[in-house]
Amino acid sequence: MNAPVYNFAYLNEQTKRMIRRAILKAVAIPGYQVPFASREMPMPYGWGTGGVQVTAAILTPDDTLKVIDQGADDTTNAVSIRKFFVKTSGVATTEKTEDATIIQTRHRIPETPLTAGQILVLQVPIPEPLRFLEPRETETRKMHALEEYGVMHVKLYEDIARYGQIATTYAYPAKVADRYVFDPSPIPKFDNPKLDNSPALQLFGAGREKRIYAVPPFTKVKSLDFEDHPFEVQTWDQPCSICGAEGSFLDEIVTDDKGGRMFVCSDTDFCAKQQDAKL
Amino acid sequence: MKTLLSARDIGKSYGNRVGCENVSFDLHAGEVLAVVGESGSGKTTLLRCLSGHLQSSSGEVTYAMRDGRTVNLASLSEAERRLLMRTDWGFVHQDAREGLRMGVSGGANVGERLMAVGARHYGNIRAVSEDWLARVEISKDRMDDSPWAYSGGMRQRLQIARNLVTSPRLIFMDEPTGGLDVSVQARLLDLIRGLVRKFNLAAIVVTHDLAVARLLSSRMMVMQQGRVIETGLTDQVLEDPQAPYTQLLVSSVLQV
Amino acid sequence: MYVAVKGGEQAIDAAHRLLAEERRGDTSVPSLTLNQIAEQLTLAVDRVMNEGSLYDREWAALAVKQSRGDLIEAIFLIRAARTTLARFGYADPLNTKSMRVKRRVSAAFKDIPGGQILGPTFDYTHRLLDFDLPQQDKAGPAATAPANLNRDMPRVLEMLGAEGLIEQPSSAEEAPQDLTQDPLNFPAGRDLRLQNLARGDEGFLLALAYSTQRGYGRTHPFAGEIRLGMVEVSFTPEELGFPIVIGEIMVTECEMINQFKGSMSIPPQFTRGYGLGFGQCERKVMSMALVDRALRAGELGEERVAPAQDEEFVMSHSDNVQSTGFVEHLKLPHYVDFQSELVMLRRMRADILGDTREAAE
Repeated sequence: MNAPVYNFAYLNEQTKRMIRRAILKAVAIPGYQVPFASREMPMPYGWGTGGVQVTAAILTPDDTLKVIDQGADDTTNAVSIRKFFVKTSGVATTEKTEDATIIQTRHRIPETPLTAGQILVLQVPIPEPLRFLEPRETETRKMHALEEYGVMHVKLYEDIARYGQIATTYAYPAKVADRYVFDPSPIPKFDNPKLDNSPALQLFGAGREKRIYAVPPFTKVKSLDFEDHPFEVQTWDQPCSICGAEGSFLDEIVTDDKGGRMFVCSDTDFCAKQQDAKL
Repeated sequence: MKTLLSARDIGKSYGNRVGCENVSFDLHAGEVLAVVGESGSGKTTLLRCLSGHLQSSSGEVTYAMRDGRTVNLASLSEAERRLLMRTDWGFVHQDAREGLRMGVSGGANVGERLMAVGARHYGNIRAVSEDWLARVEISKDRMDDSPWAYSGGMRQRLQIARNLVTSPRLIFMDEPTGGLDVSVQARLLDLIRGLVRKFNLAAIVVTHDLAVARLLSSRMMVMQQGRVIETGLTDQVLEDPQAPYTQLLVSSVLQV
Repeated sequence: MYVAVKGGEQAIDAAHRLLAEERRGDTSVPSLTLNQIAEQLTLAVDRVMNEGSLYDREWAALAVKQSRGDLIEAIFLIRAARTTLARFGYADPLNTKSMRVKRRVSAAFKDIPGGQILGPTFDYTHRLLDFDLPQQDKAGPAATAPANLNRDMPRVLEMLGAEGLIEQPSSAEEAPQDLTQDPLNFPAGRDLRLQNLARGDEGFLLALAYSTQRGYGRTHPFAGEIRLGMVEVSFTPEELGFPIVIGEIMVTECEMINQFKGSMSIPPQFTRGYGLGFGQCERKVMSMALVDRALRAGELGEERVAPAQDEEFVMSHSDNVQSTGFVEHLKLPHYVDFQSELVMLRRMRADILGDTREAAE
């Protein structure tokens, strides 16, 4: 039987060129969803194929790759994706945010501030922020083209009318470069401020929905809100139980069946660094 | 009186079948024109052509924009047309579900147009919304309910408020009282008449019901099989119909 | 003292080893060979080729074995393998008219030129579990009629077309687009719709087809012709400039005759629905033809009221590799987003319950 031979980072060069063209378009129009011919990958749709295709298209042998899921390097899907890239490209990997040139992530932006020259690749399940208000693609395309975003504020209005506050806590919609409203992927709204004016290039890949979008470095990203109900991030009333950090996103760990809880940094690399600093 | 909308030789055909043809008229600011006919007369086709929902096969419509220009509607870009529909125009559908966002509250329905043109203060949006709902006699305590919980008459009133919040100058209405029972109809017509007067609205009202035409409009056009067969001041046409078909229509209305 | 959860990598490796063990099963039982799967579970292999969009019996059999019989998992394996293959170009359109027919039936006529040929089908079997099958599965060559199956088999729909009774098949003015190369945009042409249906999940298409028969977008179908057999694949390499036959594949083709369109003034004609698939897959191609016809509602001036007529709905949800990926992705950790929701919910509840407690005091 003839077994196929795999190219560096799995995708063939033609496919990589196609994806890079889409990325260039995305960078040229910040926040705009560029359709691309997503390829079948060896991991399921919904498990990061968009992010993997973006990373595969930009990866070079000199890169250092970090892969996280829920902020941690050791969660099962992060492990699986990192192994995939090591297997198909031999690229160097790291857990330290500051040492990575490419960071592929699901659902978090690292606590450690990113620097110029780094690329953040976010995995996106549903790229269309208007999707749950308007299911038809033909209509949402028009709404973006004509900047008809009234309906997004309608949703926020409804939240306030019903709950007294905006009830969106993740995948919080934001306006990019004062033009396109986008879905920053299911990062907690806690991470939205990190999108704004970042020195890093932020790329967003949705494999199943076949869209790529981007926020170029130092681009304005403003989360949607009302003047009298301004955007605010989550807070906890305690620091991380392990490292003592106060300004990071905390995971809730259930410790017993009597309601015992403890709160720990979601970003494992950040937490480890804080612990080292304390010593 | 300033001409607001001008239609010349509007026609729409589907292959061999004629939807409407050779329709011409002028509409002035503050004037209500009723388009009357049975189902199949072409009146709804005409309305949809005028409002841009349907592309006419022939003829042209010009409109005096808020900034003073008079434009041929066919020359507007899609963006301009959609903006016009959301600000200077209104469209009241026969079935309120087509004209409302059923999945959000009454208040949000009214506030949407404001948010679409940049309103960003929740408190103010809510206050304006409340105000308009009061004008259409929907009480404040129903404002956060979904339109699914409203009666048919309430939904129509909500539709009207949703359209009027941006102070449009022209409203298209397609059988606005269709499907509502008689007392509800009467109340709604009274409301519409009051609003039209108060805000000096121009309107084109399509209806098969002569009573609606009589109550709301100052001028009317009678359509049959796609053509306008009679036009004139409403009182005159109803009092002294000339065309045989109009005479038939008028005489067949039960005199209550 | 709580220690952060670690060891994801070891856990995954151990899970893979356990999976391999379960896949092999009892080692005293002989391991399934690919030949056994290809020969005796042929219809499973055919389905994997169809929805995997790759005609290779050996690879499909391997996928079935590797996936432990989970056909959607097998289809996934084939799709992933397909991505890596070099593309030479597009074959010339298959000429199913010159098919070496194994089976060919029409429900529209009692008899047709070329005859009704039942072929190997479950259709008229009695669905009684055959408990003797394991011991006595020594079926040899079956006796068949002395059929010279190279007799002329004109298409039923072409014969109707000659009388003007059915619409002409759509002629391709432009080259068809390729669903696997270009991103999908709506509205989509019939070429992309058919490609989407060809690789679409059989169960999903079956349900949609069934729904049209039950009134959700009725099209009054008749099975004009269903053919199963071998067709030649012909390809024109650039270097040669003329077509060469590179092999033959087995396909099943279904042409449905549907509700006529027209009026008192325009002569009415029957309308068409089409289905084509690899191997023997009648359920699939029949469903495909019914859904194809339903999706043509727009071009035939029919009101779209049913799910099977909704192009975006059908095409966005027909791909089982996509759908299983997204449904099953819910197993991935979502605890960060859940944490966000917990924080919000607790706060909202505290606001309300705090208020009522204050009110009570």
